[in-house]
Amino acid sequence: MEQKQKKVIVSLKDIFLRYDGEVILNNISLDIHEKEFVTILGPSGCGKTTTLRIIGGFVEPESGEVIFDGKRINGLPPHKRNVNTVFQKYSLFPHLNVFDNVAFGLKLKKLPKQEIKEKVLKMLAIVDLKGYEKRSVSKLSGGQQQRVAIARALVCDPAIILLDEPLGALDLKLRKSMQLELKEIQQQTEKTFIYVTHDQEEALTMSDRVVVMNNGSIEQIGTPEEVYNEPVNAFVADFIGEANILNGTMIGDCRVRILGKELECVDKGFGTDTPVDVVIRPEDLIITKPEDGQLTGVVETVTFKGVHYEMSVRAGKCEILVHSTKSAGLGSTVGLRVIPFNIQIMNKLLPISSNTIETTVTYADEAGRYFEFELEGETLTVKDKYIPQGSKVRIHLPFNALSITGSGEGDLKDVYIESVIYKGEQNEIILESDTRKWLMLSDTDEQVATYVPLWFDFKKASFEVIASPDAKEGDL
Amino acid sequence: MKSRKLSIPYIAWMVVFTMIPIVMIGLTAFRDKAGNFSLEPFAKAYDYRFVFLKSLWIALISTVICLILAYPLAYLLAKMKKSTQKTVQMLIMVPMWMNFLLRIYAWKILLQDSGPLDTALSLLGIHGSYIGNTAAVVVGMVYEYLPFMVLPIFTVMSKIDNNLIEAAQDLGSNGAAVFKKVIFPLSIPGVISGITMVFVPTASTFLVAEHLGGKDDTMIGDIIDKIFLTDPNTGSAISLILMVFILVFLILMNLFGDEEAIA
Repeated sequence: MEQKQKKVIVSLKDIFLRYDGEVILNNISLDIHEKEFVTILGPSGCGKTTTLRIIGGFVEPESGEVIFDGKRINGLPPHKRNVNTVFQKYSLFPHLNVFDNVAFGLKLKKLPKQEIKEKVLKMLAIVDLKGYEKRSVSKLSGGQQQRVAIARALVCDPAIILLDEPLGALDLKLRKSMQLELKEIQQQTEKTFIYVTHDQEEALTMSDRVVVMNNGSIEQIGTPEEVYNEPVNAFVADFIGEANILNGTMIGDCRVRILGKELECVDKGFGTDTPVDVVIRPEDLIITKPEDGQLTGVVETVTFKGVHYEMSVRAGKCEILVHSTKSAGLGSTVGLRVIPFNIQIMNKLLPISSNTIETTVTYADEAGRYFEFELEGETLTVKDKYIPQGSKVRIHLPFNALSITGSGEGDLKDVYIESVIYKGEQNEIILESDTRKWLMLSDTDEQVATYVPLWFDFKKASFEVIASPDAKEGDL
Repeated sequence: MKSRKLSIPYIAWMVVFTMIPIVMIGLTAFRDKAGNFSLEPFAKAYDYRFVFLKSLWIALISTVICLILAYPLAYLLAKMKKSTQKTVQMLIMVPMWMNFLLRIYAWKILLQDSGPLDTALSLLGIHGSYIGNTAAVVVGMVYEYLPFMVLPIFTVMSKIDNNLIEAAQDLGSNGAAVFKKVIFPLSIPGVISGITMVFVPTASTFLVAEHLGGKDDTMIGDIIDKIFLTDPNTGSAISLILMVFILVFLILMNLFGDEEAIA
């Protein structure tokens, strides 16, 4: 895997794209090498398909450069790009048979008939569809249609094949075998494959490198081993594989405190007393006698998964997932150990201790004891609190003062759920409104990449007046 | 079983209003005035063979012109934004809210001697008569039946998966090649149903030729209209022949359509 020596074939530089005012891609940069199998992985709505369509020429970025083989290809229409796509829903031509579907690109190149025939038949043999030439594409199974789509793209001999969730519509078993087949075809044909999926297992199985995206940004680029073993943040850790993600505090180099216990780890350079996210994979936890454990807990559930048992251990308030080939008794108290190397320390996704709003009071009623201020175009009212009109105030909202589960329009109408990460006790949810991000805790599972109304409970807030209306800024 | 019960009203409707009338026409066509079996009605129908051919000819020209006008319109319509699409679709439909006869009268006034068209062209120094000929009949027909050509083609075209167009572009097609290799072949079913929906009614319509055409432009529909009250036997025979022609035409169109779908 000597990727570094390989030539960069396509390169995205600071790609920025908005659609209907929403930022779809936020300054994405990515280099893809020759003969590489790169997977762009992320939840739906993260911008991965758009990234692929930019390389294919179907979408033009608002700013940024698409470099292909050293040349800038912004604005070049799809039919002039040396790139072919395998579309999500196959997109085979229903009026053509298997042979003519595969031959479509070659016929446009005006190759001699005999050559077209040879190439198509050879390609159909590669995708295991020998003898299917005359079949109507609508009479093929999903897996066969998928193979025709792959053959149709490959036969044109492009430098890059783009694949947009090509296995999404297939059943699990077929998907598994197609994954291996795709990888085989890629190695056999020595093409660059750029593959888009939301299936982390698929990404780990097939790729040379994985690009993890969320909410229009690239979170991490690395080999499957790297993104699994050394996720850069809680989002990547949560998205790829199963993980216990816990709140911790870095006491100093190689010392971390989680669940009230100080543990040894191998990460350095986080400073002292820094809040961090800690990842421990369920398979890295070792069950011991209670007195030998670094942590102790009560076994709450035991599920047999074939290769291993999946157990949920409650340590204090926190639920910890453990995978082990030996089961522990339900309800028994056990100890848990983890070797320092398997504790992965990451910076917090949103390193804040509370949600702070800095604003000016737009209206205040001393008798009614309330005041109003404006936030992203909405007028919000704080009851049971009087702060004179014109005061500059800092409002600290603790994480539990935010909620997205009420009825009606909310204090802020449509906030975007950027990530939901289970921290053993509660979900830590990062929300994005028009101008900023918010962090909240919730017991309910929310759907990432959806829009929800957001409420503030100002009873739980603390207020800090930073300038009274008499001060100079008060007139503003 | 449930679905079968639900179809009973429709079957009853078909029997009473479609099957029985056809059988009656069939029976009437093979009888003379006295009610005995006879081929005389067909012999009389033979006298109208030129009217018959002329009707088919007018229907054919009208259909071809409708197709030439409707295809690009449907194509543009399918490419428009959804909101514009609705407006244009409305505009195409609006004339159909008016009575059929009124529309023909409108054309009669437009085309008549010293009418708006004649006056306008006279000002440019072009003199002529624009009514009472085959062309006027065709104009009327095209006007009447254009929406029936536009809508099915538009429906089929707007259902063409945009991914297919992208796939064609991806494989190296420029705009013209996308049209030739994907959009046109996939729009054929719409074209076929458009042709059927225009040709069949134009071939059998009446009143249009009577109002806009000349002496030689009488169409078979008008003949049936005239003759039926005095001689239902011959009227039935002509209807039957027309029906057979249309049936053959439909079968041919279907064959053509199937072949297109496979090839």
